[in-house]
Amino acid sequence: MAQVITRPAPAAPRARPRGRRAWRDILVGWSFILPNFAGFLLFTIIPMLTAFALAFLKWDSYSDPEWVGLDNFARMLGDENFHVALRNTLFYAAGHIPLTLAAALGLAIALNRKLRGVPFFRTAAFFPYITSLVAVAVVWNMLFNPTAGPINQVLEAIGVSQPPRWVASKDWAMPAVVITSVWRDMGYYMVLYLAGLQTIPKEYYEAARVDGANAWQRFWGITVPSLRPTTFFVAVMLTIQSFKVLDLIVVMTDGGPGRSTLVLAQLVYREGITEGRFGYSSAIALVLFLIVLTVTVVQFRINERRSAS
Amino acid sequence: MTALVRRVLAYAALTVMAALVLVPFAWMLSSSLKRDNEVFTVPIQWIPNELRWSNFVDIWERIPLLTYLGNSMFLSVTITVLQVLSGSFAAYGFSKVRFPGRDALFLAYIATIAVPWQAYMVPQYIMMQKADLTNTHLAIILLQAFGAFGVFLMRQYYMSIPDELCEAARIDGLSEYGIYRRIMLPLSKPALASLALLTFVNTWNDYMGPFIYLTDNDLWTVQLGLRSFIGQYDAEYAMMMTGATLSVLPILAVFLLGQRYFIQGIATSGLKG
Repeated sequence: MAQVITRPAPAAPRARPRGRRAWRDILVGWSFILPNFAGFLLFTIIPMLTAFALAFLKWDSYSDPEWVGLDNFARMLGDENFHVALRNTLFYAAGHIPLTLAAALGLAIALNRKLRGVPFFRTAAFFPYITSLVAVAVVWNMLFNPTAGPINQVLEAIGVSQPPRWVASKDWAMPAVVITSVWRDMGYYMVLYLAGLQTIPKEYYEAARVDGANAWQRFWGITVPSLRPTTFFVAVMLTIQSFKVLDLIVVMTDGGPGRSTLVLAQLVYREGITEGRFGYSSAIALVLFLIVLTVTVVQFRINERRSAS
Repeated sequence: MTALVRRVLAYAALTVMAALVLVPFAWMLSSSLKRDNEVFTVPIQWIPNELRWSNFVDIWERIPLLTYLGNSMFLSVTITVLQVLSGSFAAYGFSKVRFPGRDALFLAYIATIAVPWQAYMVPQYIMMQKADLTNTHLAIILLQAFGAFGVFLMRQYYMSIPDELCEAARIDGLSEYGIYRRIMLPLSKPALASLALLTFVNTWNDYMGPFIYLTDNDLWTVQLGLRSFIGQYDAEYAMMMTGATLSVLPILAVFLLGQRYFIQGIATSGLKG
């Protein structure tokens, strides 16, 4: 563009069509992007930027917005609900991330073989992921029924005399949610791992077998290192997913019993939409986002260092 | 001989695994055909004494399931159509037309995927409230039809189609819109199918959107209707499972018809909508 404009007049005959072409490309390009971009700008980008600004305002549904600087964040420090929600979210993430990763990898390795019927098993493993959340929550709530639920019947049958009361107990409600979410999500990450497994050359395994490596050694010596990029990606996705967990908890326990499964995203919902405290809820949302961002950046750093060594 | 043994063992292991994964579905289906008082029995009864198919008839009278299914279908189809059209259209602009600022703009799209929706649901809600759109289907459609995901997924696919193809079509005198419609759309059918299926299923299963915005019973989706049924009649276990089964059936049908595209969509984008 700049070249076209600074070019002296005599050369214009060639320059003009190029300039017109450039303008035409801009118009055509934008005409393609605009229908999506208009909606995207209005309903995603603007709310996103607004959320940042709101975090520094005192604003609720019955008063005018007022700039309060970091007051909302100071308030969080003394808000017990926030402490509980943060702790619960960390607990959920600490269970959900490693367990889903291990289950997904296990499924992928078991299903990465050429046997008749394997596609059926893959479908079965994937199906929980696309089952509607309400159905998942209601079925698992019944499976976890403390008195006559199938899970506790099985536990009693194998000799656990006082099985946990699961969703009816403050200590066991979160583990119940974690188990449900691992069951639901593992099939999705299995698909990513299957794609990763297919990129490992078969020769590696053959060579290791010739050298006398057993299955365990082949797993740690070849499979795990070769899958590092996939594992990294899966870990990042799982982290983001864990910290923003909301719908499963809303449907399955609604944060209870008491506030034993109250999580950060749910606190954002309660403060912002139920209570109408727009400023404070946005500050919590910003903290939630910063946690996700920090964990993701740390994971990137670790991955870079490992790849370098 | 050892090959045969290994094969049998492999199948045994796979069957145990599949059984573990599918047990909740078996429980759901079996309970949906029982009487309420037969659901929680000791020991577990996997096959009901008497199959009460009447549950599947009665539920339509207990709750306005037809309305709920209709609303879910309307939202899912509308959002899917808008997402596929606007997403693939924008993806063409981002991958095949060169203009200044294009890549920076695309980066903005990508960056937003990293921001959890939970972080900006409140400003979205305030906007919709100010626009007087809460308690309408339009709110859900506007919020979900123009996501970055569709653009991202379609662009990934269009990047794999050689530019020479478009160049040749341009020389033949086809306009950019002609290239999009006559060349890119037919070539990208698998990606379009992936995007359509993923969007449809996500919208069908979405709970939080309808939960936040829809208060009128007439506007509710299957998910909301089922949740409220459970809240109201918490002892009608069999009927709950009947409702759950009916809410999953459409997804099962869609999934079995197009599972190839699901898997491809996930494997190429690594993201969900």
